[in-house]
Amino acid sequence: MTGTDIEGVIIKELRSLSNGTVEVKSDTNIVRDLNLPSLDVMDLVMALEDHFDVSIPLDRIAEIETVQELADLVRSLNTEVDV
Amino acid sequence: MGIMDKFKELGSSYDDIKFAGRDPFSVRFDQILSPTEGMIAGKKTILLGTNNYLGLTFDKHSVEQAVSALRENGTGTTGSRIANGSYGWHQRLEEELAQFFGRRHAMTFTTGYQANLGIIATLAGRDDHLVIDADSHACIYDACKLTSAPVTRFKHNDPVDLRKRLSRLKSIGGNIIVVTEGIFSMLGDKAPLKEIVAVTKEYGAYLVVDEAHSMGVLGANGRGLAEELGVEDDVDFILGTFSKSLGAIGGFCVSNIDDFDLLRVACRPYMFTASLPCSVVASVVTSLPKVKNGQFLREKLMSNAQRLYDGLLSAGFDVGPDVSPVVAIQLPSTEIAVAFWNALLDEGLYVNLALPPATPTNQPLLRSSVSAAHTHKQIDTVIDLITKVNLDLGAVTPERIARAG
Repeated sequence: MTGTDIEGVIIKELRSLSNGTVEVKSDTNIVRDLNLPSLDVMDLVMALEDHFDVSIPLDRIAEIETVQELADLVRSLNTEVDV
Repeated sequence: MGIMDKFKELGSSYDDIKFAGRDPFSVRFDQILSPTEGMIAGKKTILLGTNNYLGLTFDKHSVEQAVSALRENGTGTTGSRIANGSYGWHQRLEEELAQFFGRRHAMTFTTGYQANLGIIATLAGRDDHLVIDADSHACIYDACKLTSAPVTRFKHNDPVDLRKRLSRLKSIGGNIIVVTEGIFSMLGDKAPLKEIVAVTKEYGAYLVVDEAHSMGVLGANGRGLAEELGVEDDVDFILGTFSKSLGAIGGFCVSNIDDFDLLRVACRPYMFTASLPCSVVASVVTSLPKVKNGQFLREKLMSNAQRLYDGLLSAGFDVGPDVSPVVAIQLPSTEIAVAFWNALLDEGLYVNLALPPATPTNQPLLRSSVSAAHTHKQIDTVIDLITKVNLDLGAVTPERIARAG
């Protein structure tokens, strides 16, 4: 799966979490721009784990700010699993 | 930007709650009359939010032993057990706790929070992996911040979801530690522990169960959910507290694992805090046999829990999935919950107000905890008061709950 595909899934999940009130792009800051509570972010991680069948440890999320960074993380975790 | 500016939003939400009446986060009891009654602002009030499940806080024998230990050992230990040494009472409590649970080892902590924080964070090393229930108590989440291990959540009380997440960790190496709770503190629901044990064993993972709200409450001998379901041998570490059924303060871990005592020199929340004063320990030691032989108290407790649960359910409230001593009413908004909570206090009933994000369903809760010491008459009064306040406020109709849920 390409980075763009992963971003697309993340954007779709984030749109539903923010009820479509904010435009979500690859450089959107997930916590600051969307004002998401940390619980929502953790639930987003669970949904992405299921979508991509990968384990995303919570400590790796702490350093993530933008949609693109999250997509990069999911892609790198996918690769780690493949290896 | 000032150092406190980051709390402005929190402060503003807190102000909104305080302006609606009393401050629910700093209620002052002027006098505690019994395990079920207290004086608040000159009014005799039924206490229904104390976690005092067996009503042992005023047990005559425990109070006497605590007073005697206080006179003999002084007001505090003034240091940690690692740096300043242990007292005989500490060792006695650990021996008797191990015996109570039928385990080889026990270790006590100054609070239940520290027991969970310390054991979970220390057991999980850098190369291990923690897998926790998504609705875990804050102390388990704080352990996840303290640990050097990666952390994954599984869907609340969902063994199928746990299996899916464990299967993704199969190839990563290291030990996997699954964490769940006996009775969950907010809604009073129980973990499907048999199924969780089966999945955990299938993947060769370790299992930690926090029995804070289930010790003394469940099981023929009060050992908690693992005893009730007959799976104690498959739970590697039991965590718990002295601040609920045992009516004091402190936390513990019991286990049969080899080399358990190494945790005493590895677990920072054990090593770097002052130990429990002997007066507290003496009251716990004295209350422990009353918990073990507390079948009558447990029957009374469950009868009260069932009475409150049924009464509220038939009044149209949404009260959570399982009957347990924790009975919570889900409400549609914070404004309604705060008004409801204030009105109940005006009527002489104290319950806990729990607000998101501290609630599992993202809805506010009026959380109550039943005691064996409540009389049926008190429980009936409670149901009447809650129903009356609900009518006065027009707060919750069954249709409204259905819409909010």
